[in-house]
Amino acid sequence: MANVAKRQFDAVIVGAGGAGMRAALQLSEAGLKTAVLSKVFPTRSHTVAAQGGISASLGNVQEDKWEWHMYDTVKGSDWLGDQDAIEFMCKTAPEAVIELEHFGMPFDRVESGRIYQRPFGGHTANFGEKPVQRACAAADRTGHALLHTLYQRNVRANTQFFVEWMALDLIRDADGDVVGVTALEMETGEVYVLHAKAVLFATGGAGRIYAASTNAFINTGDGLGMCARAGIPLEDMEFWQFHPTGVAGAGVLITEGVRGEGGILLNGNGERFMERYAPTLKDLAPRDFVSRCMALEVLEGRGAGKNKDHVLLKLDHLGPEVINHRLPSIREIAIKFAGVDPIKEPIPVIPTTHYQMGGIPTNYLGEVMVPKGDNPEVRVNGFYAAGECACASVHGANRLGTNSLLDLVVFGKSAGDSMIDFIKRERPVHKPLPENAADYSLSRIARLENQTGGEEVNDVRSAMQKTIQLRAGVFRNSENMALGVKEIAEVAERAKRTQIKDKSKVWNTARIEALELDNLIEAAVATMIAADARKESRGAHSHDDFQKRDDDNWMKHSLFFNHDRHLDYKPVHTKPLTVDYIPPKERTF
Amino acid sequence: MKMQFKIYRYNPDVDAKPYMQDCEVELEPTDKKLLDALVRLKVVDDTLSFRRSCREGVCGSDAMNINGKNGLACVTDVAGLKQPVEIRPLPGLPVIRDLIVDMTQFFKQYNSIKPYVINDTPPPSHERLQSPKDREELDGLYECILCACCSTSCPSFWWNPDKFVGPAGLLAAYRFIADTRDTATNERLDNLEDPYRLFRCHSIMNCVDVCPKHLNPTKAIGKIKELMVKRIA
Repeated sequence: MANVAKRQFDAVIVGAGGAGMRAALQLSEAGLKTAVLSKVFPTRSHTVAAQGGISASLGNVQEDKWEWHMYDTVKGSDWLGDQDAIEFMCKTAPEAVIELEHFGMPFDRVESGRIYQRPFGGHTANFGEKPVQRACAAADRTGHALLHTLYQRNVRANTQFFVEWMALDLIRDADGDVVGVTALEMETGEVYVLHAKAVLFATGGAGRIYAASTNAFINTGDGLGMCARAGIPLEDMEFWQFHPTGVAGAGVLITEGVRGEGGILLNGNGERFMERYAPTLKDLAPRDFVSRCMALEVLEGRGAGKNKDHVLLKLDHLGPEVINHRLPSIREIAIKFAGVDPIKEPIPVIPTTHYQMGGIPTNYLGEVMVPKGDNPEVRVNGFYAAGECACASVHGANRLGTNSLLDLVVFGKSAGDSMIDFIKRERPVHKPLPENAADYSLSRIARLENQTGGEEVNDVRSAMQKTIQLRAGVFRNSENMALGVKEIAEVAERAKRTQIKDKSKVWNTARIEALELDNLIEAAVATMIAADARKESRGAHSHDDFQKRDDDNWMKHSLFFNHDRHLDYKPVHTKPLTVDYIPPKERTF
Repeated sequence: MKMQFKIYRYNPDVDAKPYMQDCEVELEPTDKKLLDALVRLKVVDDTLSFRRSCREGVCGSDAMNINGKNGLACVTDVAGLKQPVEIRPLPGLPVIRDLIVDMTQFFKQYNSIKPYVINDTPPPSHERLQSPKDREELDGLYECILCACCSTSCPSFWWNPDKFVGPAGLLAAYRFIADTRDTATNERLDNLEDPYRLFRCHSIMNCVDVCPKHLNPTKAIGKIKELMVKRIA
């Protein structure tokens, strides 16, 4: 097939959000020749939209311990999180956040000069006793502050960015080792082979499989699609977080930090309904729980508004000073997207798809682990993943607010360190590329080029989003999910025949959207099949026909294999690194 | 609701030169922002190219010139826009295709001010302490989203994009000067002491007028100039 230009690096990182840039820093500062590919300029990555904070038991405002943070995270995960990875993340959190501060991140401060911390959902002191202020914040722009700081630090480290390049496929050799990626330079439309000793995926989530999502247009699960096509399974894809407070109608995120600062949820009768469901944590219970309560209020006819289809987030009682100082962007978003000024009126909100708990299976070192024979976790040589695209698994069946930004920097760094170590000890020279390494990607592009009688990308994407929205929502049931499995298989067939009118080379966004749909569809199929199979309710997977958590049969991770669409399962890691196992118990708040 | 547009089109693969295209699109009641309208236009004509991502005004991708003024499509209400809505790429930067401009020069200027905290003293085991009051000095400076609305509305940047840092870069320069954790104020002022880099700002204030985040680069530039003068005195 065609002659494709090749470039060689020690390491290739796909994605320049928080995880990709934290890893890049590690590799650049170690002097490795590193290429960071991103579909968008780095500071436009979706990390930029994170608002409320990054968790760490600094104890700047109230006494806190990483063991409490670990307990909250395990409980928040509904005991699907791997306790070794959770211990690693929570124990590392304080140094990771202090490091960001040293990098120059503009955190808010308390009088002592230390970082300001606010309460957040599911964050408690003394193993669930009472709320604690653990979320380190830069107003309500923590993701922006973090992402820009990491970009700036990478400018200092001379990191080589390939801006507006889209990775197409993973290159694996005959041993199954990862030796590079193919990628499309958007400006020219040229395909390249990037040959590497180690590859990191930090490609973010696939939130755009849903019709209503807080996610950016770019969150198309590219890493998941590339893995699925290359025979790497996807873990726990049935678990999607619905954020309680998306702006009704618009989907734009309103941070949980609003409730952290004292905001409350009201139903159509003006009742603070969370007091009924969660007497201790009230509005600051974890997200899966609050979202279900909100959805119940609406389903039972206690919604607000003309159509009683949402609830209200009230914060006017915080006063203009707190709102303008701590939540300035929320005010801006409410005015722009909900048409209300929260200083005077409540914001109409509704649970909205926000975060993918599942993803590419990794351990806490960022190494991608897949089953082989009887061993459920064997390393894929040369392949790493971190951030939302990865499943370490620290979030299990439900992520705690502010643990996402923490995940990015903790596992971005550990993956970077693992890559440095791997390159030094095991892969000092490049493994050869397989012959015709770009053929598969080129054939996908040629298919698009030559497709006739196909369907428009937008129509197929809309059908996918409608299906997932309807069949894999906050409340799920057997009948609905079985229909979803059938419907999404049909949509996946249609996705094989998408057609674009634009055939030009330069900045062809029609082609990019078609290639993105190829990735989305893999995530959508995995989501539907894994959801349909799980006969219990756990975290964000709430099953009407199996309303209880079933630890005997289902305390296990799902693994979806794309080639024949079968599921496999692997055990949850119940052994923390140093502390005692936290055994399952009932989750009340 | 039908909406009329006049859109700058240029695809180097097929067009000898740029042209303005008249088009019309039927909007749904949920299409409240200009970006919604552009996405709908793209469904009809998939060759229309523009950048977009977060659709909530924080990533800075969809900056463009809207009825003669730079702004972000995703936070611009369609209601109230004069029709036909005239959409052009950001002025003053090379056009790659349609509404997509080459931002190399813009980022080069940003990088040139060393946009990171410089402090060679070894950091403590905890935070470098900063009082809430000192931290407040960064408000109005750090929130920049690098959309380039400001720099590409600045005549001085149009004339000298290679020599004048421009409002976005200078706002960032002052963000680090104002940070009590940064110890390189002198070095930063040296870096800007040049007939072009800083002093091409003539306080036209287009930057302030267009900034979608309501920041004030002119004020920040004024503060840098004050520091320059103080240093000489």
